[in-house]
Amino acid sequence: MALQRRTFLGVAAATAGTLAAPMVLAQGKPRVVVIGGGAGGATVARYIAKDSDGAIDVTLVEPTRAYYTCFFSNLYIGGFREMNALGHSYGGLAAGGVNVVHDWAVGVDRDAKTVTLAGGASLPYDRLILSPGIDFVDGSVPGWDLSAQNAMPHAYKAGSQTELLKAQLMAMPEGGVFAMVAPPNPYRCPPGPYERVSMVAHLLKSVNPTAKILIADPKEKFSKQGLFEEGWANHYDGMIERVGPDFGGANTSVDPAAMTVDIDGEVTKVDVCNVIPAMKAGRIADIAGVTDGNWAPVNAADMSSKIDPNIYVLGDASAQGDMPKSGFSANSQAKVCANAVRGALTGSTVFPARFANTCWSLIDTNDGVKVGATYEATDEKIAKVDGFISATGESADVRAATYRESEGWYDGITADMFG
Amino acid sequence: MIVRLLLALVLLAGTTAQAEQGGDAARGEELFNQCSGCHQVGQGAVDRIGPHLNFIFDRAAATADGYRYSASLKRAADGGLVWNYETLDAFLENPRAIASRTRMSFRGIDDQQDRDDLLAYLRKFSDDPQNIPESAPTAAAVDHTVAPEILAIVGDPAYGEYLSGECTSCHQTSGAGEGIPSITRWPADDFVTAMHAYKVGVRAHPVMQMMAGRLSDEEIAALAAYFEQVEE
Ligand SMILES: Cc1cc2nc3c(=O)[nH]c(=O)nc-3n(C[C@H](O)[C@H](O)[C@H](O)COP(=O)(O)OP(=O)(O)OC[C@H]3O[C@@H](n4cnc5c(N)ncnc54)[C@H](O)[C@@H]3O)c2cc1C
Repeated sequence: MALQRRTFLGVAAATAGTLAAPMVLAQGKPRVVVIGGGAGGATVARYIAKDSDGAIDVTLVEPTRAYYTCFFSNLYIGGFREMNALGHSYGGLAAGGVNVVHDWAVGVDRDAKTVTLAGGASLPYDRLILSPGIDFVDGSVPGWDLSAQNAMPHAYKAGSQTELLKAQLMAMPEGGVFAMVAPPNPYRCPPGPYERVSMVAHLLKSVNPTAKILIADPKEKFSKQGLFEEGWANHYDGMIERVGPDFGGANTSVDPAAMTVDIDGEVTKVDVCNVIPAMKAGRIADIAGVTDGNWAPVNAADMSSKIDPNIYVLGDASAQGDMPKSGFSANSQAKVCANAVRGALTGSTVFPARFANTCWSLIDTNDGVKVGATYEATDEKIAKVDGFISATGESADVRAATYRESEGWYDGITADMFG
Repeated sequence: MIVRLLLALVLLAGTTAQAEQGGDAARGEELFNQCSGCHQVGQGAVDRIGPHLNFIFDRAAATADGYRYSASLKRAADGGLVWNYETLDAFLENPRAIASRTRMSFRGIDDQQDRDDLLAYLRKFSDDPQNIPESAPTAAAVDHTVAPEILAIVGDPAYGEYLSGECTSCHQTSGAGEGIPSITRWPADDFVTAMHAYKVGVRAHPVMQMMAGRLSDEEIAALAAYFEQVEE
């Protein structure tokens, strides 16, 4: 990895004349380039631009014109949200002084300190911030690769994949089987697969009540397990079966052409199959050479890469310690990073790092639960300080209030990301 | 003031019957408990998190002297919003129906009888001036007391701005909010008192207890100083 610092994706990097804007960099100003306009990247770009008041030139590279949040995408499947309510444009960031470039970053030259875009442009940086989210580990579910994502969607990047999964669920024959192959740790949004099962169950209960849900799970335990299992028994009794590793759930393969799932030798014909493979840092982190194994190790105090001090890695792609890979975590890390980068480039005060996370999940109508923790930076990692989790047996009022709170959180974090 | 009272009395004719008919002011006083965290009414009432509510009937919206209203409510006021029985009733039913980004973090009251009772109570402090001197001052805007030396700490708004990143993952700086309340432009004392109430567990909310639990007195003061003056 250290040998080859200049690498490119297999994309012809010769398209001419796409990007005038990033070449017109203000003279003498320190330059920050952010790759990825999601929970981590949008937040960090917005905060650096806002707090430095024009003293730092901030460029955000993001291929899509609208970011569809993974958070609340399960609620779309359950029928609690419209897809267009999950989409956010970058107009607010541009208005806030961020130079938004819609393109893919395909190369990073760490010696020259430049980022190459698919369109051919080259962006110089003083500090580079990577928040590219996740990609999937090849071969983690035998029989599945990206070419099978239409037959067996992952729906773990929101948008068309989520719509496809929902369309397949709606078209499922009466009494059919929905299977989920759940991912091994670590992965983005620990309660995400189980919230998804809840929302699928909610949908099927109204449109296809005799349908069944089968989960093949390589993990012994999962996030908020007691709360989900209580909720499934309360709302979806008899509908959901989970096969954990004690019954071979870790030994699962699929056949997308035959629409079968093989759990430890037992083959089941299914109607819809949601494969959520093992995950790793978004590929550009690898290309930049800042990964060690599947993830990019960072220093907890400022989210700087342990491999290159001029590069920072936020959100899902980073290996930081105890924080779960969530939008809330990425947003929290982004604000610590923004403060540190600004300090490094302009000498502004750098305050000590502090992090927090809360993840809400919806089990059924007005049945919301949450888990959260605070974190601090230690020498070796981001370490948990204190935490809480919703209790089993809570009153309907508390659960309804928790759901309303999650709706408020969605508005809050998206305003914090996109202005 | 006199002119306004006279005017109020004249205009009152239309609304009195309605409010008196439907509303039980004594019950309304109890219902007001859900408002008193932010609003005061009665003798000595002053602006706190929300504006005081004396003489609210027939007052043009967003005109309590000295209170910094949300841009949204000011816009509604520019559009001619005056508080009377109908508009207050609609506002109480769903604040966002009247001012979409009001800082009043309140879901509204569905029950017509509850709204009538509450309005009957509030009306006592609007159109019946002779009642005001006898009314007890409402409960303090907060549910907890903190030591004066803690309230006296002068917070550093720059540090507060940094710390506010922990708040704005959920609470909107603009003051808009549903499900998650607004914390923008609270009087610093109220902010400090509320945060200490979470810190010591008097207020029950697991996320807030956790967040407040690790904030020092200086950090709470810094946040209070920042949010008190933040621009929407
Ligand atoms: C079903 C589901 C439910 C979830 N629910 C919640 C929840 O309730 N709460 C919560 O906090 N989190 C939730 N999450 C997790 C959350 O979505 C992620 O943790 C979060 O988005 C991570 O932020 P990020 O910045 O690391 O990556 P992302 O938000 O994924 O952003 C990465 C961005 O980088 C861009 N990008 C990638 N490569 C390149 C490149 N080479 N060049 C330019 N741009 C690039 C991508 O287009 C993308 O926009 C959920 C996730 C899923 C899948």
